[in-house]
Amino acid sequence: MSLKLKALTKSIWVYHLCAGGSCNNCDIEILDLLTPRYDVERFGIMLVGSIKHADAILVTGSLTRKAVECVKRVYEQAAKPCVVIAIGACACGQGMFANGPNTPDPVDSVLPVDIYIPGCPPKPEAMILGIVKLIGKLRGKK
Amino acid sequence: MEEVSPVKIMLKHLFNFIIFPGFLFTAVVGLAASWIDRKVTARVQWRVGPPWYQPFIDLVKLSIKEITVPKGASKPVFFMAPFIGLSAVILSSTFLWLANLELGASGFTGDLIVILYLLTIPSIMLILGASASGNPLAAVGASREIKLLLAYELPFVFALVVPIIKSNGLLKLQDLIAFQAANGAFASNISGFLAMIVAIFCMQAKLGLVPFDMAEAETEIMAGVYIEYSGILLAILKLTKIMAMVALPLFLSTVFWGGFSIWKYVVLLVIIILMRNTNPRVRIDQALRFFWKKMTFVAIIAVLLAMIGM
Ligand code: SF4
Repeated sequence: MSLKLKALTKSIWVYHLCAGGSCNNCDIEILDLLTPRYDVERFGIMLVGSIKHADAILVTGSLTRKAVECVKRVYEQAAKPCVVIAIGACACGQGMFANGPNTPDPVDSVLPVDIYIPGCPPKPEAMILGIVKLIGKLRGKK
Repeated sequence: MEEVSPVKIMLKHLFNFIIFPGFLFTAVVGLAASWIDRKVTARVQWRVGPPWYQPFIDLVKLSIKEITVPKGASKPVFFMAPFIGLSAVILSSTFLWLANLELGASGFTGDLIVILYLLTIPSIMLILGASASGNPLAAVGASREIKLLLAYELPFVFALVVPIIKSNGLLKLQDLIAFQAANGAFASNISGFLAMIVAIFCMQAKLGLVPFDMAEAETEIMAGVYIEYSGILLAILKLTKIMAMVALPLFLSTVFWGGFSIWKYVVLLVIIILMRNTNPRVRIDQALRFFWKKMTFVAIIAVLLAMIGM
Protein backbone atom coordinates (compact mmCIF):
# COMPACT_ATOMS: atom_id res chain seq x y z
CA MET A 1 0.00 0.00 0.00
CA SER A 2 1.37 3.38 -0.92
CA LEU A 3 2.08 5.94 1.76
CA LYS A 4 -0.41 8.25 0.12
CA LEU A 5 -3.31 5.86 0.45
CA LYS A 6 -2.25 4.87 3.93
CA ALA A 7 -2.12 8.51 4.97
CA LEU A 8 -5.55 9.17 3.53
CA THR A 9 -7.16 6.23 5.29
CA LYS A 10 -5.26 6.36 8.57
CA SER A 11 -6.02 9.97 9.37
CA ILE A 12 -9.66 10.69 8.63
CA TRP A 13 -10.84 14.02 9.95
CA VAL A 14 -14.59 14.19 9.94
CA TYR A 15 -16.87 17.16 9.66
CA HIS A 16 -20.32 16.75 11.03
CA LEU A 17 -23.03 18.23 8.86
CA CYS A 18 -26.61 18.23 10.05
CA ALA A 19 -28.78 18.58 6.98
CA GLY A 20 -31.58 20.42 8.69
CA GLY A 21 -34.31 17.95 9.60
CA SER A 22 -32.55 15.81 12.15
CA CYS A 23 -34.01 14.86 15.49
CA ASN A 24 -30.51 15.30 16.94
CA ASN A 25 -30.25 11.74 18.04
CA CYS A 26 -27.85 10.68 15.28
CA ASP A 27 -25.69 13.69 16.11
CA ILE A 28 -25.42 12.64 19.73
CA GLU A 29 -24.71 9.08 18.69
CA ILE A 30 -21.79 10.35 16.56
CA LEU A 31 -20.29 12.05 19.59
CA ASP A 32 -20.43 8.68 21.34
CA LEU A 33 -17.69 7.54 19.00
CA LEU A 34 -15.26 9.90 20.69
CA THR A 35 -15.96 8.66 24.19
CA PRO A 36 -13.55 6.33 26.00
CA ARG A 37 -15.64 3.28 25.19
CA TYR A 38 -15.21 3.59 21.42
CA ASP A 39 -12.33 6.10 21.12
CA VAL A 40 -11.98 6.44 17.36
CA GLU A 41 -8.89 8.61 17.78
CA ARG A 42 -7.11 5.25 17.97
CA PHE A 43 -7.60 5.08 14.21
CA GLY A 44 -6.69 8.71 13.64
CA ILE A 45 -10.30 9.81 13.30
CA MET A 46 -10.91 13.27 14.69
CA LEU A 47 -13.84 15.65 14.68
CA VAL A 48 -12.89 19.00 13.12
CA GLY A 49 -14.77 22.26 13.17
CA SER A 50 -13.95 23.59 9.73
CA ILE A 51 -15.04 21.99 6.45
CA LYS A 52 -11.69 22.98 4.92
CA HIS A 53 -9.92 20.50 7.18
CA ALA A 54 -12.31 17.63 6.59
CA ASP A 55 -11.65 14.31 4.84
CA ALA A 56 -15.13 12.97 5.43
CA ILE A 57 -18.50 14.64 5.81
CA LEU A 58 -20.99 12.91 8.07
CA VAL A 59 -24.47 13.88 6.98
CA THR A 60 -27.31 13.34 9.41
CA GLY A 61 -30.97 14.15 9.19
CA SER A 62 -33.27 14.57 6.22
CA LEU A 63 -32.45 17.39 3.88
CA THR A 64 -34.81 20.31 4.20
CA ARG A 65 -35.72 22.62 1.36
CA LYS A 66 -33.76 25.50 2.85
CA ALA A 67 -30.69 23.44 3.57
CA VAL A 68 -30.16 22.19 0.00
CA GLU A 69 -28.14 25.19 -1.11
CA CYS A 70 -26.10 25.26 2.10
CA VAL A 71 -25.27 21.57 1.88
CA LYS A 72 -24.16 21.98 -1.74
CA ARG A 73 -21.94 24.89 -0.83
CA VAL A 74 -20.42 23.07 2.12
CA TYR A 75 -19.51 20.17 -0.15
CA GLU A 76 -18.01 22.49 -2.76
CA GLN A 77 -15.79 24.10 -0.13
CA ALA A 78 -14.37 20.83 1.12
CA ALA A 79 -10.76 20.09 0.18
CA LYS A 80 -10.79 17.04 -2.08
CA PRO A 81 -10.41 14.07 -1.76
CA CYS A 82 -13.38 14.04 0.57
CA VAL A 83 -15.89 11.26 1.16
CA VAL A 84 -19.52 11.65 2.18
CA ILE A 85 -21.07 9.33 4.75
CA ALA A 86 -24.83 9.32 5.27
CA ILE A 87 -25.74 8.39 8.82
CA GLY A 88 -29.17 7.35 9.97
CA ALA A 89 -32.40 6.44 8.25
CA CYS A 90 -33.16 10.10 7.59
CA ALA A 91 -30.01 10.71 5.60
CA CYS A 92 -29.98 7.33 3.84
CA GLY A 93 -33.51 7.38 2.57
CA GLN A 94 -35.71 10.01 3.99
CA GLY A 95 -36.79 8.06 7.00
CA MET A 96 -40.01 9.09 8.59
CA PHE A 97 -39.96 12.37 6.69
CA ALA A 98 -40.27 10.72 3.26
CA ASN A 99 -43.56 12.42 2.51
CA GLY A 100 -42.87 15.63 4.37
CA PRO A 101 -43.58 18.85 2.49
CA ASN A 102 -40.36 20.47 3.70
CA THR A 103 -38.04 17.60 2.87
CA PRO A 104 -38.47 17.00 -0.86
CA ASP A 105 -34.95 15.81 -1.75
CA PRO A 106 -33.06 12.82 -0.41
CA VAL A 107 -29.46 13.61 0.61
CA ASP A 108 -27.95 11.51 -2.18
CA SER A 109 -29.70 13.55 -4.83
CA VAL A 110 -27.48 16.48 -3.82
CA LEU A 111 -24.27 14.92 -2.52
CA PRO A 112 -22.29 11.97 -3.91
CA VAL A 113 -22.76 9.69 -0.90
CA ASP A 114 -20.03 7.04 -0.59
CA ILE A 115 -21.50 4.92 2.14
CA TYR A 116 -24.85 4.59 3.87
CA ILE A 117 -25.12 3.65 7.53
CA PRO A 118 -28.77 2.91 8.31
CA GLY A 119 -30.41 2.81 11.71
CA CYS A 120 -32.53 5.17 13.71
CA PRO A 121 -30.08 6.07 15.11
CA PRO A 122 -27.33 3.61 14.09
CA LYS A 123 -25.36 2.21 16.99
CA PRO A 124 -21.78 3.42 17.34
CA GLU A 125 -20.64 -0.12 16.48
CA ALA A 126 -22.56 0.11 13.23
CA MET A 127 -20.87 3.41 12.42
CA ILE A 128 -17.44 1.96 13.09
CA LEU A 129 -18.29 -1.02 10.88
CA GLY A 130 -19.39 1.38 8.17
CA ILE A 131 -16.13 3.31 8.36
CA VAL A 132 -14.16 0.07 8.25
CA LYS A 133 -16.03 -0.98 5.12
CA LEU A 134 -15.45 2.43 3.59
CA ILE A 135 -11.72 2.19 4.26
CA GLY A 136 -11.71 -1.27 2.71
CA LYS A 137 -13.47 0.11 -0.33
CA LEU A 138 -11.01 3.00 -0.67
CA ARG A 139 -8.02 0.72 -0.32
CA GLY A 140 -9.42 -1.89 -2.65
CA LYS A 141 -10.07 0.66 -5.35
CA LYS A 142 -6.46 1.59 -6.00
CA MET B 1 45.39 26.28 9.80
CA GLU B 2 43.86 25.93 6.37
CA GLU B 3 41.52 28.53 5.17
CA VAL B 4 37.91 27.33 5.08
CA SER B 5 36.28 28.16 1.80
CA PRO B 6 33.11 30.25 1.88
CA VAL B 7 31.25 27.56 -0.03
CA LYS B 8 31.98 25.10 2.75
CA ILE B 9 30.77 27.52 5.39
CA MET B 10 27.63 28.08 3.43
CA LEU B 11 27.04 24.37 3.05
CA LYS B 12 27.53 23.93 6.76
CA HIS B 13 25.01 26.65 7.52
CA LEU B 14 22.53 25.14 5.10
CA PHE B 15 23.05 21.73 6.67
CA ASN B 16 22.50 23.26 10.10
CA PHE B 17 19.39 25.01 8.96
CA ILE B 18 17.73 22.21 7.01
CA ILE B 19 18.86 18.94 8.55
CA PHE B 20 20.59 19.08 11.91
CA PRO B 21 19.68 20.71 14.22
CA GLY B 22 17.29 22.89 12.28
CA PHE B 23 14.28 21.81 10.31
CA LEU B 24 14.35 18.01 10.13
CA PHE B 25 15.69 17.31 13.60
CA THR B 26 13.37 19.75 15.34
CA ALA B 27 10.44 18.46 13.33
CA VAL B 28 11.16 14.87 14.36
CA VAL B 29 11.50 15.82 18.02
CA GLY B 30 8.37 17.92 17.76
CA LEU B 31 6.37 15.11 16.16
CA ALA B 32 7.42 12.81 18.98
CA ALA B 33 6.45 15.45 21.54
CA SER B 34 3.12 16.01 19.86
CA TRP B 35 2.41 12.28 19.89
CA ILE B 36 3.28 12.13 23.61
CA ASP B 37 0.92 15.04 24.15
CA ARG B 38 -1.95 13.33 22.36
CA LYS B 39 -1.28 9.97 23.95
CA VAL B 40 -1.10 11.37 27.48
CA THR B 41 -4.23 13.41 26.87
CA ALA B 42 -5.98 10.24 25.75
CA ARG B 43 -4.78 8.32 28.79
CA VAL B 44 -5.94 11.11 31.11
CA GLN B 45 -9.37 10.81 29.51
CA TRP B 46 -9.24 7.02 29.92
CA ARG B 47 -8.88 6.43 26.19
CA VAL B 48 -6.27 4.47 24.26
CA GLY B 49 -4.99 7.23 22.04
CA PRO B 50 -3.46 7.34 18.57
CA PRO B 51 -0.50 5.23 17.39
CA TRP B 52 2.98 6.74 17.39
CA TYR B 53 3.02 7.69 13.73
CA GLN B 54 -0.25 9.64 13.92
CA PRO B 55 1.11 13.25 13.89
CA PHE B 56 3.37 12.36 10.97
CA ILE B 57 0.65 10.69 8.96
CA ASP B 58 -1.67 13.63 9.62
CA LEU B 59 0.90 15.94 8.05
CA VAL B 60 1.42 13.61 5.07
CA LYS B 61 -2.30 13.45 4.51
CA LEU B 62 -2.71 17.20 4.73
CA SER B 63 0.08 17.78 2.26
CA ILE B 64 -1.56 15.67 -0.45
CA LYS B 65 -4.93 17.32 -0.10
CA GLU B 66 -6.29 20.09 -2.22
CA ILE B 67 -5.62 23.70 -1.28
CA THR B 68 -8.79 25.74 -1.21
CA VAL B 69 -8.57 29.51 -1.35
CA PRO B 70 -11.58 31.53 -0.25
CA LYS B 71 -13.05 33.92 -2.78
CA GLY B 72 -12.36 37.26 -1.13
CA ALA B 73 -8.91 36.33 0.17
CA SER B 74 -5.79 38.35 -0.38
CA LYS B 75 -3.81 35.56 -2.00
CA PRO B 76 -0.17 36.63 -1.54
CA VAL B 77 -0.52 37.14 2.20
CA PHE B 78 -2.68 34.03 2.59
CA PHE B 79 0.00 31.89 0.92
CA MET B 80 3.09 33.59 2.35
CA ALA B 81 2.07 33.68 6.01
CA PRO B 82 2.53 29.96 6.86
CA PHE B 83 5.94 29.84 5.15
CA ILE B 84 7.30 32.89 6.94
CA GLY B 85 6.06 31.59 10.27
CA LEU B 86 7.69 28.22 9.67
CA SER B 87 11.03 29.72 8.65
CA ALA B 88 11.04 31.92 11.75
CA VAL B 89 10.53 28.96 14.02
CA ILE B 90 13.17 26.92 12.16
CA LEU B 91 15.65 29.77 12.49
CA SER B 92 15.04 30.21 16.21
CA SER B 93 15.29 26.50 16.92
CA THR B 94 18.52 26.29 14.90
CA PHE B 95 20.03 29.09 16.99
CA LEU B 96 18.88 27.49 20.22
CA TRP B 97 20.15 24.01 19.39
CA LEU B 98 23.49 25.33 18.17
CA ALA B 99 23.94 27.38 21.33
CA ASN B 100 23.13 24.34 23.47
CA LEU B 101 25.06 21.68 21.62
CA GLU B 102 28.10 23.93 21.24
CA LEU B 103 28.69 23.09 17.63
CA GLY B 104 31.39 25.68 17.14
CA ALA B 105 31.22 29.25 18.33
CA SER B 106 27.77 30.04 17.04
CA GLY B 107 25.64 32.98 17.96
CA PHE B 108 26.41 36.64 18.39
CA THR B 109 25.87 39.27 21.04
CA GLY B 110 22.18 39.98 21.28
CA ASP B 111 20.85 36.73 19.87
CA LEU B 112 18.62 36.49 22.93
CA ILE B 113 16.69 39.49 21.65
CA VAL B 114 16.65 38.19 18.09
CA ILE B 115 15.11 34.94 19.29
CA LEU B 116 12.53 36.83 21.30
CA TYR B 117 11.47 38.51 18.08
CA LEU B 118 11.67 35.36 15.99
CA LEU B 119 9.39 33.52 18.38
CA THR B 120 6.76 36.23 17.95
CA ILE B 121 6.72 35.99 14.16
CA PRO B 122 4.62 32.78 13.91
CA SER B 123 1.80 34.42 15.89
CA ILE B 124 1.96 37.57 13.79
CA MET B 125 1.93 35.54 10.60
CA LEU B 126 -1.05 33.59 11.88
CA ILE B 127 -2.86 36.85 12.51
CA LEU B 128 -1.98 38.12 9.02
CA GLY B 129 -2.96 34.89 7.30
CA ALA B 130 -6.24 34.65 9.17
CA SER B 131 -7.12 38.25 8.41
CA ALA B 132 -6.20 37.76 4.75
CA SER B 133 -8.64 34.88 4.42
CA GLY B 134 -11.63 37.19 4.81
CA ASN B 135 -13.58 34.78 6.97
CA PRO B 136 -15.48 36.41 9.85
CA LEU B 137 -14.67 33.60 12.27
CA ALA B 138 -11.00 33.85 11.30
CA ALA B 139 -11.25 37.56 12.01
CA VAL B 140 -12.57 36.81 15.49
CA GLY B 141 -9.73 34.37 15.99
CA ALA B 142 -7.18 36.88 14.72
CA SER B 143 -8.46 39.58 17.04
CA ARG B 144 -8.20 37.19 19.98
CA GLU B 145 -4.69 36.24 18.93
CA ILE B 146 -3.68 39.91 18.80
CA LYS B 147 -5.04 40.50 22.29
CA LEU B 148 -3.33 37.41 23.57
CA LEU B 149 -0.05 38.50 21.97
CA LEU B 150 -0.30 41.88 23.67
CA ALA B 151 -1.18 40.16 26.91
CA TYR B 152 1.69 37.72 27.20
CA GLU B 153 4.53 39.67 25.60
CA LEU B 154 4.71 42.15 28.48
CA PRO B 155 5.31 39.67 31.32
CA PHE B 156 7.48 37.54 29.01
CA VAL B 157 9.87 40.41 28.35
CA PHE B 158 9.96 41.29 32.04
CA ALA B 159 10.74 37.68 32.88
CA LEU B 160 13.59 37.67 30.37
CA VAL B 161 15.06 40.78 31.96
CA VAL B 162 15.78 38.78 35.12
CA PRO B 163 18.54 36.55 33.70
CA ILE B 164 20.06 39.56 31.97
CA ILE B 165 20.26 41.47 35.25
CA LYS B 166 21.58 38.48 37.13
CA SER B 167 24.32 37.86 34.60
CA ASN B 168 25.32 41.55 34.56
CA GLY B 169 24.06 42.20 31.07
CA LEU B 170 24.90 39.13 29.04
CA LEU B 171 22.84 38.97 25.88
CA LYS B 172 24.33 35.93 24.20
CA LEU B 173 22.83 32.49 24.67
CA GLN B 174 26.14 30.68 24.92
CA ASP B 175 27.43 33.21 27.46
CA LEU B 176 24.28 32.73 29.50
CA ILE B 177 24.77 28.98 29.49
CA ALA B 178 28.42 29.35 30.46
CA PHE B 179 27.49 31.81 33.22
CA GLN B 180 24.91 29.39 34.62
CA ALA B 181 27.37 26.52 34.43
CA ALA B 182 29.73 28.57 36.60
CA ASN B 183 27.24 30.11 39.04
CA GLY B 184 24.28 27.74 39.10
CA ALA B 185 21.03 27.98 37.16
CA PHE B 186 19.02 31.19 37.48
CA ALA B 187 15.95 29.17 38.38
CA SER B 188 17.62 28.12 41.63
CA ASN B 189 17.33 31.70 42.94
CA ILE B 190 14.02 33.06 44.07
CA SER B 191 13.91 35.78 41.39
CA GLY B 192 14.85 33.42 38.58
CA PHE B 193 12.31 30.89 39.82
CA LEU B 194 9.50 33.45 39.80
CA ALA B 195 10.53 34.62 36.33
CA MET B 196 10.55 31.06 35.09
CA ILE B 197 7.03 30.44 36.36
CA VAL B 198 5.86 33.54 34.52
CA ALA B 199 7.69 32.38 31.40
CA ILE B 200 6.03 28.95 31.60
CA PHE B 201 2.58 30.53 31.57
CA CYS B 202 3.63 32.74 28.66
CA MET B 203 4.94 29.67 26.87
CA GLN B 204 1.55 27.99 27.20
CA ALA B 205 -0.10 31.05 25.68
CA LYS B 206 2.50 31.29 22.91
CA LEU B 207 1.84 27.66 22.01
CA GLY B 208 -1.87 28.40 21.92
CA LEU B 209 -2.79 25.45 24.11
CA VAL B 210 -5.60 25.16 26.63
CA PRO B 211 -6.31 27.27 28.75
CA PHE B 212 -5.12 29.91 26.29
CA ASP B 213 -6.41 28.45 23.04
CA MET B 214 -9.20 30.96 22.50
CA ALA B 215 -7.75 31.97 19.14
CA GLU B 216 -8.54 28.59 17.66
CA ALA B 217 -11.34 27.48 20.01
CA GLU B 218 -12.58 24.45 18.04
CA THR B 219 -15.92 24.36 19.80
CA GLU B 220 -16.94 27.99 19.48
CA ILE B 221 -15.29 29.58 16.45
CA MET B 222 -14.39 26.41 14.54
CA ALA B 223 -10.62 26.49 14.63
CA GLY B 224 -10.68 30.30 14.31
CA VAL B 225 -7.42 31.41 12.77
CA TYR B 226 -6.98 28.10 10.96
CA ILE B 227 -10.50 27.93 9.58
CA GLU B 228 -9.78 28.75 5.93
CA TYR B 229 -6.48 26.91 5.65
CA SER B 230 -6.39 23.51 4.01
CA GLY B 231 -3.94 21.14 2.39
CA ILE B 232 -0.26 21.80 2.66
CA LEU B 233 -0.74 25.29 4.09
CA LEU B 234 -2.54 23.80 7.07
CA ALA B 235 0.19 21.16 7.33
CA ILE B 236 2.78 23.93 7.55
CA LEU B 237 0.81 25.77 10.21
CA LYS B 238 0.51 22.58 12.24
CA LEU B 239 4.20 21.88 11.77
CA THR B 240 5.02 25.39 12.98
CA LYS B 241 3.04 24.75 16.11
CA ILE B 242 4.66 21.35 16.61
CA MET B 243 8.14 22.83 16.21
CA ALA B 244 7.34 25.68 18.57
CA MET B 245 6.64 22.96 21.11
CA VAL B 246 10.35 22.16 20.88
CA ALA B 247 11.73 25.66 20.47
CA LEU B 248 9.98 27.28 23.43
CA PRO B 249 10.86 24.73 26.14
CA LEU B 250 14.38 24.78 24.71
CA PHE B 251 14.49 28.56 25.01
CA LEU B 252 13.23 28.47 28.58
CA SER B 253 15.68 25.81 29.68
CA THR B 254 18.51 27.73 27.99
CA VAL B 255 17.72 31.05 29.57
CA PHE B 256 16.58 30.03 33.05
CA TRP B 257 17.67 26.49 33.65
CA GLY B 258 21.28 26.21 32.58
CA GLY B 259 20.93 24.72 29.13
CA PHE B 260 19.19 21.86 27.45
CA SER B 261 19.03 18.32 28.68
CA ILE B 262 16.49 15.65 27.88
CA TRP B 263 14.98 15.42 31.34
CA LYS B 264 14.48 19.20 31.52
CA TYR B 265 12.67 19.08 28.22
CA VAL B 266 10.50 16.22 29.46
CA VAL B 267 9.67 18.11 32.68
CA LEU B 268 8.61 21.20 30.72
CA LEU B 269 6.60 19.04 28.31
CA VAL B 270 4.84 17.35 31.23
CA ILE B 271 3.99 20.76 32.70
CA ILE B 272 2.54 21.84 29.34
CA ILE B 273 0.48 18.67 28.99
CA LEU B 274 -0.79 18.72 32.57
CA MET B 275 -1.81 22.36 32.32
CA ARG B 276 -3.57 21.60 29.07
CA ASN B 277 -5.50 18.68 30.47
CA THR B 278 -6.59 20.08 33.80
CA ASN B 279 -7.95 23.45 32.74
CA PRO B 280 -10.91 24.76 30.81
CA ARG B 281 -10.46 27.48 28.21
CA VAL B 282 -10.51 30.96 29.71
CA ARG B 283 -12.14 33.93 28.06
CA ILE B 284 -9.91 36.47 26.33
CA ASP B 285 -10.62 39.18 28.90
CA GLN B 286 -9.76 36.77 31.70
CA ALA B 287 -6.50 35.92 29.96
CA LEU B 288 -5.66 39.59 29.50
CA ARG B 289 -6.35 40.29 33.15
CA PHE B 290 -4.36 37.26 34.20
CA PHE B 291 -1.27 38.29 32.22
CA TRP B 292 -1.35 42.04 32.74
CA LYS B 293 -2.25 42.00 36.42
CA LYS B 294 -1.04 38.82 38.05
CA MET B 295 1.80 37.73 35.80
CA THR B 296 3.23 41.19 35.17
CA PHE B 297 3.11 41.86 38.91
CA VAL B 298 5.00 38.66 39.64
CA ALA B 299 7.48 39.43 36.88
CA ILE B 300 8.14 42.93 38.21
CA ILE B 301 8.72 41.51 41.70
CA ALA B 302 11.16 39.07 40.15
CA VAL B 303 13.01 41.93 38.43
CA LEU B 304 13.18 43.91 41.69
CA LEU B 305 14.44 40.88 43.58
CA ALA B 306 17.05 40.32 40.89
CA MET B 307 18.17 43.94 41.24
CA ILE B 308 18.83 43.54 44.94
CA GLY B 309 20.66 40.35 44.16
CA MET B 310 18.32 37.62 45.33
S1 SF4 C 1 -32.37 8.63 11.60
FE1 SF4 C 1 -33.67 8.57 13.41
S2 SF4 C 1 -32.33 9.20 15.07
FE2 SF4 C 1 -31.35 9.81 13.17
S3 SF4 C 1 -31.98 11.91 12.83
FE3 SF4 C 1 -33.42 10.59 11.72
S4 SF4 C 1 -35.11 10.28 13.15
FE4 SF4 C 1 -33.34 11.05 14.35
